[in-house]
Amino acid sequence: MELVKPDFGLIFWMLLSFGILVFLLTKFAWKPILKALKEREHSIEDSLRSAEKARNEMANLKADNEKLLAEARNERDKILKEAREAKDNIINEARGKATEEADRLIKIARETIHNEKMAAITDLKNQVATLSIEIAEKVIRQQLSTDEKQKALVGEMLKDVKLN
Amino acid sequence: MSLITNRLKAFSGVLIALLSLTISAFAGHGEGETFDPGKTITSHIGDAHDWHLWGHTSIPLPVIVFSKERGLDVFMSSHFHHGEMAHRGYMIKDNSIVAVNELEDIPAEEATINEELTAQLWDISITKNVASLLISVFLICWIFISVARAYTRNPNSPPRGLQSLIEPIILFVRDDVIKTSIGPKYEKYLPYLMTAFFFIWFNNLLGLVPVFPGGANLTGNIAVTLVLALLTFLVTTFSANKNYWHHIFAMPGVPAWVLVLLTPIEILGVFLRPFVLMIRLFANVTAGHIIILSFFSLIFIFGDGGKNMAAGYGVGIVSLVFTVFMSCLELLVAFLQAYVFTLLSSIYIGAAVEEHHGHDAAHSY
Repeated sequence: MELVKPDFGLIFWMLLSFGILVFLLTKFAWKPILKALKEREHSIEDSLRSAEKARNEMANLKADNEKLLAEARNERDKILKEAREAKDNIINEARGKATEEADRLIKIARETIHNEKMAAITDLKNQVATLSIEIAEKVIRQQLSTDEKQKALVGEMLKDVKLN
Repeated sequence: MSLITNRLKAFSGVLIALLSLTISAFAGHGEGETFDPGKTITSHIGDAHDWHLWGHTSIPLPVIVFSKERGLDVFMSSHFHHGEMAHRGYMIKDNSIVAVNELEDIPAEEATINEELTAQLWDISITKNVASLLISVFLICWIFISVARAYTRNPNSPPRGLQSLIEPIILFVRDDVIKTSIGPKYEKYLPYLMTAFFFIWFNNLLGLVPVFPGGANLTGNIAVTLVLALLTFLVTTFSANKNYWHHIFAMPGVPAWVLVLLTPIEILGVFLRPFVLMIRLFANVTAGHIIILSFFSLIFIFGDGGKNMAAGYGVGIVSLVFTVFMSCLELLVAFLQAYVFTLLSSIYIGAAVEEHHGHDAAHSY
């Protein structure tokens, strides 16, 4: 029966030393150990998570890059197309303008030519008139160089005049 | 082939050498008188005021007794001469200290016991179990504080050495025993439960070591298991919430007439659970020690105190095989009992702190 009878001394020492053991281990063993374990678990978890994140980001980046590349390609095509259109437009416009300008120049030239021609004609007409007048003057002077001739002419003229 | 036979020869040689050692050790006990297995086993699993090593060699331990009348007395147990002498008014009777009327050193037979003083004697001697307790506390502190230092020195690095041996066990106890049983509030109870687990486990293992720092039957001592169970009871009771008491005094969803039966059972259960914790650890560890010692005792029963050496050696070999087998089993039991104690303590604490109680919750003990 001695076996199942708890001994006071042992209870006393057990309470004391187990209490001290719990205290010491809590302070110097469990706290640092469990803290370190937790930290390690956290760091592993974090590393895994960040690796996963990095992988996702990488995939996103790749997708983005492709998207960007496709966009760039589209943009290039668009720009090229626009440039081509612009070139065509410019050429067409230039051509149109050139034609217009040419037409205008031709027209102006034609007008100028016409005006010159008209002026020349007018000049010619004037000169012809002047010449004619001079010739007529000379002819008249010739015809009226003598008094007889003057008298003849007056006579002639007077002859034409009918006295009413 | 020859290698195996050589190994076998060497092994059997070691076995026989060990056997001879044990026989001589036990024979020293017998000293010619007839071998009493009951007495031998009881003295091995019980407590003592000196630590028996072999033959007549034992380590004396300090005796500390206190009484109002005589005050504090501290002296070495060697003064008792293995119970044959009285010293300073005390002597050993049936393994415990009793007060005697004579204050001078006289043979124990001549001393007269002072019953009145014995009744009010406080005996806090460093007995074999207390010494073993102090050694184990020192050992556990040393191991775990050095392991803790390894953690603080190399944080976030893989465990090394002793750390890698201890870490999986710490993780197992924390995650599979405590966390799953208590639930989200487990962290508050980690220090006590962890300490209890490793204390029980280490002392179970130390108890299996047959030579000096080991060999005491500490976790198979009812005083030790009583303290452990008492602590679990106190932790459970003081952390219990309203929900827990509600379930004990008035189980919800149970008709009133059943409550008349159920409530006393539940109240009894509150005390029965730690009581069974105490008995289970005590009985399992003590039983293991008794079985191993019984196998050894068989050798001397058959050897008949050295008169029948042939039978002694014959049975000895069989006993040794059984003892090795039992020791392996005890290694398992050492862990298992620590595990069971911690698990059940965690479950009790878990039930006490649980907020919403499932009605099918196990009332296991």
